[in-house]
Amino acid sequence: MAERIGRVMAQVAMVMNLDKCIGCHTCSVTCKQAWTNRSGVEYVWFNNVETRPGQGYPRGYQDQERWKGGWRRTATGRLVPRAGGRLRKLATIFANPVMPAIQDYYEPWTYDYENLVAAPLGDDMPVAPPRSLISGEPMAITWSANWDDDLGGGEELGVHDPIVRRLGEQVRFSFEQAFMFYLPRICEHCLNPSCVASCPSGAMYKRAEDGIVLVDQDRCRGWRMCVTGCPYKKVYFNHKTGKAEKCTMCYPRVEVGLPTVCSETCVGRLRYLGVVLYDVDRVGAAAAVPDEHDLYPAQLDLLLDPADPEVAAAARRDGIPDRWIDAARRSPVYALAVQHRVALPLHPEFRTLPMVWYIPPLSPVVDTLTGTGHDGEDAGNLFGAIETLRIPVAYLAELFTAGDPAPVTAVLRRLAAMRAHMRRVNLGQERDPSIAAAVGMDGDTIEELYRLLAIAKYDDRYVIPTAYGVDDADRGAVEEVACSLDFEGGPGMGGMGGRPPFGEASGRPDPVGVETFHALRARQTSDVRARGGPRRTNLLNWDGNGRPDGLFPPRDGARDRREDA
Amino acid sequence: MSAPPPDLVDLLLWGVLPYVVLAVFVGGTVWRYRYDKFGWTTRSSQLYESRLLRVGSPLFHFGLLVVIAGHAMGLLVPKGWTEAAGVPDAAYHVVALVLGAVAGVCTLGGVALLVWRRRTTGPVFSATTRNDKLMYAVLVLAILAGLATTLVSAGADLAGRGGHDYRDTVSVWFRGVWVLDPRVDAMAAATLPFHVHALVGLALFALFPFTRLVHAFSAPVGYLFRPYVVYRTRDRLPTRATRPARRGWS
Repeated sequence: MAERIGRVMAQVAMVMNLDKCIGCHTCSVTCKQAWTNRSGVEYVWFNNVETRPGQGYPRGYQDQERWKGGWRRTATGRLVPRAGGRLRKLATIFANPVMPAIQDYYEPWTYDYENLVAAPLGDDMPVAPPRSLISGEPMAITWSANWDDDLGGGEELGVHDPIVRRLGEQVRFSFEQAFMFYLPRICEHCLNPSCVASCPSGAMYKRAEDGIVLVDQDRCRGWRMCVTGCPYKKVYFNHKTGKAEKCTMCYPRVEVGLPTVCSETCVGRLRYLGVVLYDVDRVGAAAAVPDEHDLYPAQLDLLLDPADPEVAAAARRDGIPDRWIDAARRSPVYALAVQHRVALPLHPEFRTLPMVWYIPPLSPVVDTLTGTGHDGEDAGNLFGAIETLRIPVAYLAELFTAGDPAPVTAVLRRLAAMRAHMRRVNLGQERDPSIAAAVGMDGDTIEELYRLLAIAKYDDRYVIPTAYGVDDADRGAVEEVACSLDFEGGPGMGGMGGRPPFGEASGRPDPVGVETFHALRARQTSDVRARGGPRRTNLLNWDGNGRPDGLFPPRDGARDRREDA
Repeated sequence: MSAPPPDLVDLLLWGVLPYVVLAVFVGGTVWRYRYDKFGWTTRSSQLYESRLLRVGSPLFHFGLLVVIAGHAMGLLVPKGWTEAAGVPDAAYHVVALVLGAVAGVCTLGGVALLVWRRRTTGPVFSATTRNDKLMYAVLVLAILAGLATTLVSAGADLAGRGGHDYRDTVSVWFRGVWVLDPRVDAMAAATLPFHVHALVGLALFALFPFTRLVHAFSAPVGYLFRPYVVYRTRDRLPTRATRPARRGWS
């Protein structure tokens, strides 16, 4: 039956559990520090956290009537980019008709700190006035990437949320009736990426090995069509280099088995990374199903069951390494999206088959229940409330299932059942099999889901096979290939008598990280032996013992002696 | 110290300079492509300002495409061919002049709008380099000189003194350059506006590889013929095992 399965590809995908997001923006800030702390991308957040309901970043990006992102299904059942097909793209190449302006994101700024020390003597405390990073002129700060955080300006600004507008007058922003949750967003690394399809230069591509969508910086010519093509507005234009940039899924980290920076630093531990296998021959058909409500099931149907021996055989046939198939079997993403059916794609109606999945939040329901004095952990109460609280469910359905409330309700009922079931377990009460049965699960699978959502450890949340064929035991610490004489005190240690037992230079070498990846690679592939040279020493890590390399600048004589030895 | 004979100046301008420019143009482009792929971009400023750009940029670029097609027509197609095809000389000139004037005015209007936008929109102006300014000056000069040739020829034709036909002078020289037989005498016989336009044009081509103009070479025609979604395998890293050893003597 192997002919039933088309070409198999692997995808590194993510799940985010929205109930756990506290909106701390740690993911955004660490991502910014790692990737977009440069001029030209001051306004760019590869990862952002937006409050829903809210306008998001850039403002109102979900409104594809306006921004023309994603795909459009023609009357004949074909898919064309909503902003236009190939000819139309070329005809409008001299000025993109629907490109967001910098003001749709926000105008980045800095502060004139010099004024703090250079202001003339006066009665008032000098301040550092804001300066635009775009024009350099003084500016008034009126918007930023998170201006409507925590429903800031809810009544005035929340009504501009495209989903709120579609739902009409139902969503209220008054304090008593408001609900909100946080939506962290990165690039979706779609199976059917419309940004890639929009790139006239062919500079954007989806990597065959891991599905990560990247921009080739040497081939990008700055036509800006990808910015329009992406319905999530997660491709950005670097206005200094004139090239497109986007979330890279931290590929230098993922390649060596480390989670992305946003996942690694997530305070709520709400992100999961894993491999899914999919049938690339069926991608086009799945993205083009006529009814938008069928897009979510069609997307689920693309994902292949890695436990199926036929799938494994087909994957092997298509050159996927065994350790990737093994990782796919242990994938938390496959477990949450397919086995437990609790993770949903963001805006499937854009027809890009996004690969960052979300577990919708039960918290609006629970909050309403407990706020009205009911027991928020009772299965009956929760099930009833999910049916009754139409507005949060309708809102979530617009986000995750193209407006179909049934899958959202099913997920929320499962989460509610897990909550009620585990309360009984924690209180030492007898398990009530009817709770699990009401959502089509049993006690064991519910507890399995609970373990995955509540207590999964680092290695359970991030199941990332490495790209370079090293053994899985090396995950996270692909060490520098060293000389076999480099043992403690050995002749390969440069005659320095081995590593000092204490201080920064003691212990095992640092694992590969984003910070050291390129330096390490350059050193490993270089013909010449790395010079000692001045090294940086982090005094915060120095315990006062020993003398790490680089603590003092080398004396000229000392370096010569070392080379003689 | 007597001035050099005019034929030497003509020889240098129309016999030597074109090949110097050609060498700079080709060599510079190859060099730029090899060593500055990252800098090879339109350097769009649409993120800063869209309203004026959406009028000015298509006006300029589409005008320029017609201008280029017109140049190809006028320079590459010998006069004998159109005559053999039965196109009367007068009709040819009327069409060429009208089309050329319309396209030229569009191009000039577009570039004027773009330069004005560049000067008056703060962020766009601060993103403008000295290289850009030089390029814009030469580009505008080339368009102005080109329009001048068109208008002067049209004026001469209308006044009934259409003695000079560029298809007997400039075009003959231009075709000759490509077959290594530059007809210096033919070009020398052209009128002053044509000389100025040709020189500014040569300057523009000499600058071309070193400015943002290189994005013209990246016209994404291949987009029409490729599948929408592009898959690529990861670049193979050079490793010790697979990297070819390079020896100093080989």
